[in-house]
Amino acid sequence: MRYLLRRFGHAVFLLVGVSLLAFTFTTLAPGNYFDEMRLNPQIAPETIAALRTQYELDRPLPIRYAHWVSSVLHGDMGFSFAYNSPVLPLLWVRARNTLLLTITAMLLAWGIALPLGIWSAEHLGRLPDRLLSLGTAALMVIPDLALALGFLVIAVKSGRFPTGGMVSLHFESLAFPGKLGDLFLHMALPITALVLSVLPLLLRHVRAALAEVLDAPFLLAAEGHGISRRTLLYRYALPAAANPLISLFGFSIGTLLSGSLLVEVVMSWPGLGPFLLEAILARDLYVVIGGVLLSTLFLIGGNFLADLLLYWADPRIRTEASV
Amino acid sequence: MKVSDNDKDMQPLVRVENLMKSYANRKITGQCEEVRAVDGVSFTIFPGATLAVVGESGSGKSTLALCLACLEKPTSGNIQFEGADISKLAEKERRTIRRKIQLIFQDPASSFNPRWSVLEIVAEPLALQGSLSRDEIRLRALALLEQVGLSPEMERRLPAELSGGQRQRLAIARALALEPSVLILDEALSALDCSTQAQIANLLVDLQSARDMTYLFISHDLAMAAHLADEIAVMNHGRIVEQGPPDKILKQPQTEITRELLAAVPRMTFARPEAQ
Repeated sequence: MRYLLRRFGHAVFLLVGVSLLAFTFTTLAPGNYFDEMRLNPQIAPETIAALRTQYELDRPLPIRYAHWVSSVLHGDMGFSFAYNSPVLPLLWVRARNTLLLTITAMLLAWGIALPLGIWSAEHLGRLPDRLLSLGTAALMVIPDLALALGFLVIAVKSGRFPTGGMVSLHFESLAFPGKLGDLFLHMALPITALVLSVLPLLLRHVRAALAEVLDAPFLLAAEGHGISRRTLLYRYALPAAANPLISLFGFSIGTLLSGSLLVEVVMSWPGLGPFLLEAILARDLYVVIGGVLLSTLFLIGGNFLADLLLYWADPRIRTEASV
Repeated sequence: MKVSDNDKDMQPLVRVENLMKSYANRKITGQCEEVRAVDGVSFTIFPGATLAVVGESGSGKSTLALCLACLEKPTSGNIQFEGADISKLAEKERRTIRRKIQLIFQDPASSFNPRWSVLEIVAEPLALQGSLSRDEIRLRALALLEQVGLSPEMERRLPAELSGGQRQRLAIARALALEPSVLILDEALSALDCSTQAQIANLLVDLQSARDMTYLFISHDLAMAAHLADEIAVMNHGRIVEQGPPDKILKQPQTEITRELLAAVPRMTFARPEAQ
């Protein structure tokens, strides 16, 4: 229990630190949302000054941070200047789109990486394993940006896939299966790009973790007890190799909101990526901070989940923790 | 139980004939080089006896053990166990044979799943038999622990919390759970300190007389082999170069390799300063 409490303490500490840093840095950046209004001769300086006062941009940083924290604790993440509406609902709509993309991609990537990595570790050093290693190495060398652009080119050249967006213009007029198909068509390429960008890393980790365990004498002992190869791999070797994979899984969850920013921007997926990019360029302060805070929450949540899983899966951590 | 000469008409439990195991060692140039780990080994072990296989590291002892335990397929030659050839069986049949020939490894730290408790480790092979209830499994496991000299209070410990000697006792308990007829001890004492070695050796002797066990004792320690075995085979480069009763091997070594192994045995006299 103490282990979990300590982990929870770390998480809270991290959250406070990140929010403070995000707040400070976005404020330190020169200019603010209303600066561009000054170039417009039709808006009186008094109006701008009034707006600044209304949004407390003229108050000192610590006071603004304190106000912001107290409103966050009441479930209000601040106000977007550009959209003239509270931040949280805005973020939530985008985050949902992002999650639709990234959760599907994550499940796919893990679903491929686990069996393939195990198989690869079992045939370590043979030709198929070497080819697979070569393939993952090649994929790792290609930058995500190039990968996403490549798929965009495919979309344009083939004409079979839409080149952006989440749904077609006539989406609302479609029946339910048609809607699903339309969504799937729009998701296919961004998801492929995402899967290809994370798969090599996962695959290599699974392979390495398994390969290390497969050499252990306790597996030989278990084989000596007359246990089948399949049971040995999935019931004995995989749990023993799970620790680094659980941590990696936590990381996967942590990057659900932030990992797809690039692909989203390139493929114009209406997720958090383009939204945050716009907000940063417009200095839409609270949207940026809210976005950063949200992805930090995911990162912390992912790591916390990994800790819980580790605690549950590995008795050694439990005994260490109780000492 | 020592095998005396009038037991000669007894059926051997294990008969190995001209066993060969080679591995293909692929070089960077793509050429394949054949490495013969075991190169034409023959011997027999009678029920209740101990055969020691002694040799330097790399002499093929462990490969021999893996072949015998049905964990590696020999390249050629045959292995008869209880009168039947087990070297060419299909995987499914090999699995049932494996239970009767159990291995104990050198490194007791890595021979257990580090996440399992002592009780779980011993219970695993019992659960594999499939016919026992949970309570029966627990009782049997605790009885096994007691037989190898581990206190039942240790049942909830993890392997990492045991000493080297305790781990080796645990490994023996786990191996005995399947009631094997042959126990292969692959350098099982080598990682232990002297006094622990002696304790485990005594445990092995006790178990042998209590359960009529047959041992294949693999070691580089000629003195310990002579202490435990009825017969010693000295291996070098995959072959048995010398074989005979311990007395003969110790007193009249025939080959250079045996003399080298003998010289490596620590003797009390070495510790005494020479008289001046």
